[in-house]
Amino acid sequence: MKIKDINKESEEFQQRALDTVCVNESHIEHPWWHNLKYVFAGILFGIIFIKAEIISWFRMQEMFQLKSFHMYGIIGSAIAVAALSIFLIKKFNVKTIYGEEIEFHPKIFNKGQIIGGLLFGLGWAMTGACPGPLFAQIGTGTTVIVVGLLSALAGTWVYGYFRDKLPH
Amino acid sequence: MNWINQPWPWYIAGPLLGLIVPTLLLIGNKAFGISSSLRHTCAACFPANIKFFQYDWKKEVWNLFFVGGVTLGAILTTLLMPNSGNMNINTELAAELNKYGITDYSGLIPSKLFSWQALFSLRGVIMIVGGGFLVGFGSRYAGGCTSGHAISGIANMQLPSLIATCCFMAGGFLMSNAILPFILKL
Repeated sequence: MKIKDINKESEEFQQRALDTVCVNESHIEHPWWHNLKYVFAGILFGIIFIKAEIISWFRMQEMFQLKSFHMYGIIGSAIAVAALSIFLIKKFNVKTIYGEEIEFHPKIFNKGQIIGGLLFGLGWAMTGACPGPLFAQIGTGTTVIVVGLLSALAGTWVYGYFRDKLPH
Repeated sequence: MNWINQPWPWYIAGPLLGLIVPTLLLIGNKAFGISSSLRHTCAACFPANIKFFQYDWKKEVWNLFFVGGVTLGAILTTLLMPNSGNMNINTELAAELNKYGITDYSGLIPSKLFSWQALFSLRGVIMIVGGGFLVGFGSRYAGGCTSGHAISGIANMQLPSLIATCCFMAGGFLMSNAILPFILKL
């Protein structure tokens, strides 16, 4: 690889890493259908969303009004299981199914996590959905949420447009 | 427990949800996060020369396959093994919602608030369009959503993720307790 290419690639990595978590990537080239495994993982995720009522507007109101333990139990135990898994992966240096090293990238603090976090919270309680459940809500047949999803896309785009002018 | 048509308790669903984090790491070195799919869609469809959307989104295409799967999973569950009967709602919340004419608990989402008909009211526009916009804008500004920050971020001991999650909750408490009653009155 030429030095210019490496620079370009690292610049692009910075650009993506800046505020998206998706910077991990397999360094091996795979044919497109390898992505079907993520469809399968997504399906399992969608099933849990519906069966545990995680996409329910009612359950979100109960959570924010401290009227039910359900969502706290779900998020808390999910974090515990994920944390234990990450600990084990790091401790035993577990590799991916392709034998690659698993990479973790630290997150860097900026004011966006506070301002954006508060704004996100307002929207979360209004729609009763964070981004994942928006997709699942559409899947349950509440097709009007397509409008909510398009609006969320617009919100993402507007953030990108005004990014340089916003406090970070 | 009849797990086909009864809702799952938190102690089954939570750990299963948590397992998605190592699953994605093991099958392809992917960090679990969902709101990024919105950014990748912007980068793919409307980059408009905005620097924030100038990157090779095809490298992150797995994320779009994943949210497609989430939608498909929801469709399959709704068709093949939906939760039967009405939702079991906290009685205090039910009494409160009753004041705003929300009395139907047959679905996960109140149809009175989220339907095409509701979209053509001020309340519907605020909640669906306004709420959706805040979710998209806020999650990107915060650099992640409930999945990227609250679950994978905290699980990886990231302080910024803990801060973001506290702010998500603070915003949610504020909206649900202090602002939403005024919107529901509309």
